Amino acid sequence: MIAIVDYKAGNLTSVQLAFRAIGHETVVTSDISDITSADRVVFPGVGAAGSAMRHLTDLGLLPAIKAVVAHGTPFLGICLGTQILLDHSEEDNGVETLGIICGRTQKFTPSDPWQKVPQIGWNRIRIEKKHPLLENIEDGSEFYFVHSYYPAPAAFEDVLCTTDYADISFASMLGRGNVAATQFHPEKSGRIGLRLLENFTRWNPKTDLN
Amino acid sequence: MLTKRIIPCLDIIKRRVTKGVKFKNNVDLGDPVQMAVGYSEGGCDELVMYDITASAEGRPIDIGMVQDIAKSIRIPFAVGGGIATLEDMSRVLLAGAEKISVNSLAVHNPDIIAQGSRAFGAQCIVLGMDPVSTENRRTCPSGYEVTTRGFREHTGMDAVEWAKQAEQLGIGEIVVNSVDADGTRTGFELKVTRLIAEAVRVPVVASGGAGCPEHLREAFNVAHADAAIVAGMLHTGEYSIRQLKDALNCYGIPMRMHW
Repeated sequence: MIAIVDYKAGNLTSVQLAFRAIGHETVVTSDISDITSADRVVFPGVGAAGSAMRHLTDLGLLPAIKAVVAHGTPFLGICLGTQILLDHSEEDNGVETLGIICGRTQKFTPSDPWQKVPQIGWNRIRIEKKHPLLENIEDGSEFYFVHSYYPAPAAFEDVLCTTDYADISFASMLGRGNVAATQFHPEKSGRIGLRLLENFTRWNPKTDLN
Repeated sequence: MLTKRIIPCLDIIKRRVTKGVKFKNNVDLGDPVQMAVGYSEGGCDELVMYDITASAEGRPIDIGMVQDIAKSIRIPFAVGGGIATLEDMSRVLLAGAEKISVNSLAVHNPDIIAQGSRAFGAQCIVLGMDPVSTENRRTCPSGYEVTTRGFREHTGMDAVEWAKQAEQLGIGEIVVNSVDADGTRTGFELKVTRLIAEAVRVPVVASGGAGCPEHLREAFNVAHADAAIVAGMLHTGEYSIRQLKDALNCYGIPMRMHW
């Protein structure tokens, strides 16, 4: 079973509908045993880092998240779920986050006032590193983004894709061991997004070559 | 590079897509789910649905309609009409929409923006705004006044000031509708769209008046809109999204060309 972690960080219906579209039932849950016993874990989220960390703490989910990551369960972060995998976020006057991938979450500061924050819309990914989740996805494919902050991992080896916005090239997809994480929303990115989710449902981090 | 978005708009009355001119004389154009799927597969970047009679009839939005469309498409989906409370917002999101558009009700109760933004994130909350040009520069220095209830009610509020206030309250995006241009297909209201795009840091969407690719080019290049809402020109079959994107791509405007 695929567990979609519900930690009160936004609406998870569209994630569930996307998996249903490719023939996979999921459970949207904040139950610790559902999460730790799942075959695969999706960690989505929209909203702010501060309240997300508070909810994770209040629901007692921090150990469960760390346990499935340590256990080697295929794990997919999306948007805010990706940002809080890093050590620290600039949002909400600075928040300590999960520290599963080394690095920080930073705010866009475009010099061009016509470049709006949040970035909302479809933008291209540059594939920096081959990965099973990117199989049959072409370099330069477009995905849907909605965000004011972006992940800045400390090690380039954790960067799977980059995307250009607001004067910079930021890490739009991260990967480390059994953890993959997108800043964009595969569940809202049409056919190409479904392909990435389909790749996730087949991914075996223990045997697939990254 | 971030691409500009083309967003077909489905105005719904009694579970049918309709289209009027200047918000009047609506005619039946087809089945909403079928049209949503057609546009999504045809390459639109997002879709918006308005339950256009919900507010006037004093009833909540048709949730079944939202669910049926949300189930059928895998692109961002925004919904508006008859959204008055946090519970309304929550129902729409749980039905599978990504964004909630508030308009008249936010003018009368601006706090709903702040509440919605806190509860669901700013990216979920879209302000729809219906400005009209006005001579009254004393109350409306920008020359544009906010109206509500489908342009029927004047508020005396300055459109640019309202946009800035909504941004402070936590809106994620602003849709600038134009009554003067709605359904006339003579082009977007570029001036007020640009004034608002200049005044806020959040993305601005041009709406009302699109009739040909040139109108979209103006919305993006002259008014600096980040997205444009189109309806009649697609609904009648006069243009496909592919044709619009091909033309805009030739003008050098960044577009999502593969889907």
